Amino acid sequence: MKKLSVRRRHPLAALVVLLIALAATGGLYATFAPADKAKAEESSAQSLAIDEGKKLYQVGCASCHGTGGQGSSDGPSLVGVGAAAVDFQVGTGRMPLQQPGAQAPKKPVAYSQTEIDQLAAYVASLGPGPAQPNKSDYDPAGGDAARGGDLFRTNCAQCHNFIGKGGALTHGKFAPDLGGVTPKHMYEAMETGPQNMPVFPESLLKQKDKQDIIAWLDTVNSDKAEEPGGYGLGGLGPVSEGLFAWVIGLVLLIGVACWVAAHTAKARKS
Amino acid sequence: MATATDSRRPASKGEKVADWADGRLGIYGLAKANMRKIFPDHWSFMLGEICLYSFIIIILTGVYLTLFFKPSMAELVYDGSYGPMNGIHMTEAYASTLDISFDVRGGLLVRQIHHWAALIFIAAMAVHMMRVFFTGAFRKPREINWLFGFLLLVLGCIAGFTGYSLPDDLLSGTGVRFMQGAIMGMPLVGTYLAMFLYGGEFPGDDVIPRFFSIHVLLVPGIMLGLLVAHLILVFYHKHTQFAGPGRTNKNVVGMPLLPVYMAKAGGFFFLVFGVITVIAGAVTINPIWVLGPYRPDQVSTGAQPDWYMGWTEGMIRMMPGWEWVIPTGHTINFGVFIPLMVVGVIPIAIALYPFFESWLTGDKREHHIADRPRNVPTRTAFGVAWLSWVFMCMIGGGNDLWATHLHLSINSITWFVRIGFFVVPPIVFWITRRICLGLQRRDRDKVLHGRESGIIKRLPHGEFIEVHEPLAQEEMHTLTAHEQYRPLEAGPKVDENGVVRKQGVVERVRTKLSKNYFGDAGQIPKPTAEEYREVTSGHGHH
Ligand code: HEC
Ligand code: HEC
Ligand code: HEM
Repeated sequence: MKKLSVRRRHPLAALVVLLIALAATGGLYATFAPADKAKAEESSAQSLAIDEGKKLYQVGCASCHGTGGQGSSDGPSLVGVGAAAVDFQVGTGRMPLQQPGAQAPKKPVAYSQTEIDQLAAYVASLGPGPAQPNKSDYDPAGGDAARGGDLFRTNCAQCHNFIGKGGALTHGKFAPDLGGVTPKHMYEAMETGPQNMPVFPESLLKQKDKQDIIAWLDTVNSDKAEEPGGYGLGGLGPVSEGLFAWVIGLVLLIGVACWVAAHTAKARKS
Repeated sequence: MATATDSRRPASKGEKVADWADGRLGIYGLAKANMRKIFPDHWSFMLGEICLYSFIIIILTGVYLTLFFKPSMAELVYDGSYGPMNGIHMTEAYASTLDISFDVRGGLLVRQIHHWAALIFIAAMAVHMMRVFFTGAFRKPREINWLFGFLLLVLGCIAGFTGYSLPDDLLSGTGVRFMQGAIMGMPLVGTYLAMFLYGGEFPGDDVIPRFFSIHVLLVPGIMLGLLVAHLILVFYHKHTQFAGPGRTNKNVVGMPLLPVYMAKAGGFFFLVFGVITVIAGAVTINPIWVLGPYRPDQVSTGAQPDWYMGWTEGMIRMMPGWEWVIPTGHTINFGVFIPLMVVGVIPIAIALYPFFESWLTGDKREHHIADRPRNVPTRTAFGVAWLSWVFMCMIGGGNDLWATHLHLSINSITWFVRIGFFVVPPIVFWITRRICLGLQRRDRDKVLHGRESGIIKRLPHGEFIEVHEPLAQEEMHTLTAHEQYRPLEAGPKVDENGVVRKQGVVERVRTKLSKNYFGDAGQIPKPTAEEYREVTSGHGHH
């Protein structure tokens, strides 16, 4: 310390301090900000995507969501909904909405994934919001289905049924069947809470929790789902079972009874 | 043809023993093998057999399940062969059901046979009961047997509900919770009753073991006794038969039990067993492994009871959630209490119907000839209206699924059911009666004018007529064999001494109802012999 304090009036001292300060800032910046060459390229690609997305947005979405995403009487503001919301809404075909109704229905997807990413980039640029997740976040293979099942029953089954077969909400709204929804869209749905679904941010369900839930749905409600008991009747429970018992079971048995009763030649002869 | 002569012969000792054994062994025909009893042939007379056989199947499979099921609410962490439940906290009841499904040899198949057979059993009872109702087979001397049957139906539902609750999965646990709520909804006694039944606060540790005893011991025990009594009475009264040539109120025409009927019944048992087993092997029922264990803080949408409880669920779902807080600070919950009362009253009305009808007709004779439903339009209309009412409740019970699958609003469905609950049965009643009367009119025309032959004849002056063929004598008999009651007369306003006669309210109601049943609006007079002679002699060539 002594040496330093002696030399602090050296003519080059200011320069040295400046250099050190610069190096420190640069180092810090390099550590904390993604400012290397690749990052720079990415960010210019990013701004390109934003530009493209903006163009797509102006054509397909602005009429309802406003030219700057500020919203209008026909659609909510998209500021801060994040890339995940756009990827989910457009990627499942819900957006662009065709006509107002109880709930935006799924339709054939209108944009390519690249276009969706561009739209997402544009909307993300309007304000911070949940980003699109990485594959490692939502890959069902990395999740614990049993734990996910428990979380699903606590957080989701009241609307989506035990294994995500869907259920009714009030006035024609409904929680859809989750069979066939891609893991990515599941993850995004939880992050963004589309329409009447609550949002499950990181504070409620951590990334791992979400991944476990996705693993559960993958186990019980996908093409891979095993049905050890035989045909599952849509997983809807007692109502479909009761219908089956009557329409197939009892009708078959009554048919058998008619057949047995009709074969009665002996008694007729007597 | 064998003709039974005395229908009131008391059952012999041998018969009693045979029937006792029959109820347990289920070899229905065999037990009666050495008796020359007659059983008439009609598919609808075999519905009772479907009940009997599915009941036997339920007992057999149920015994197998008790070998492995652990009726305990002790908690454990599952570590077994069903991966998606590993590491989950659950009760032993649920874990042992998982074990039955995945580790016990044939366990899953037996579970599914047991459950499918239960659904079919109660459905078969319902249809059997409809058969008995619509053919008037509950009339003297069979009122008691109707009551036995009715009790079997009620007990069947209780057995079903308690059984459904045993695995302690999230679906059934919701039902058990619901029941606790319903009991607590009873004014004054509700809370005490619920505490008593559940052994304290919900869920406690007692409810599963208790339901287990009720399900495997108490209810089936009573049912078995009733079932034997039921069959003894069928045997003792002999079976009803439809009217026809040679069939009178005093005989039974059909096959002798030995050997024809026995062979048939035995074969039929295996057919029923086969059909149920095929269904159970191919179609999942109650996949508790994906439902998860019950936890009071979890619930799923689409949670319904098995079908036979669907009407109660429907009433709860359609009832507005009215609630009063009375000055003492207590809450009266009409949303649950009113449906609960209806659930209590309706079955009692059904149970007492035979007594109501015999009071109405004042008929004290025995009836062994089954009615054709059309010939008692008001009763038939009551029955169909009641079914439509149950059906409305059922729609209400599944309102969420109709909403999602038919893309309707659940609120509209609920309102539809609320209105339909009151409006549909009267409409159905009216329509059914019209249809019955129309059918009676057609029968009358057939008897008087013969059957339309489809042959068109042109008369010399150019008129076209359709040739009507006279009916065969046997058919004529069948169509006119039924008796028709006359409506009660109100009686003179003054008695023989000129004093004004007081007619009580009950008597007035009875007269009115009788007019409804048997007056001009309630039935078409069947053709009399004179009418027939007049018509046939007038223009006999048609
Ligand atoms: C016809 C009008 C209409 C059009 C066109 C439309 N939207 Fe929407 N959008 C809506 C409405 C209305 C909602 C709100 C839906 C709801 O909650 O029921 C919505 C919701 C959204 C949401 C979810 C917002 C949130 O809070 O999570 C996103 C993201 C979205 N839209 C993106 C888009 C994109 C991107 C396009 C263009 C491809 C688009 N929308 C086109 C009407 C429209
Ligand atoms: C309050 C009821 C409710 C709860 C709780 C809920 N959801 Fe949803 N969910 C909905 C509704 C309503 C929709 C349909 C939204 C739409 O169409 O935009 C939906 C949509 C979804 C979708 C998209 C389905 C598709 O077809 O694209 C997924 C995935 C999803 N939910 C998963 C979950 C998960 C996982 C949970 C639990 C963490 C959950 N939801 C909890 C109501 C709910
Ligand atoms: C455990 C359930 C039941 C079993 C095993 C059973 C069995 C039978 C059998 C085998 C018969 C004779 C065949 C037939 O008429 O179908 C019969 C007749 C009868 N059953 Fe049942 N039954 C059951 C439930 C009921 C119910 C729910 C009712 C009505 C409330 C009922 C009322 C009657 C009556 C009145 C008869 C006499 C019918 C006649 O002689 O025409 N039974 N039952």
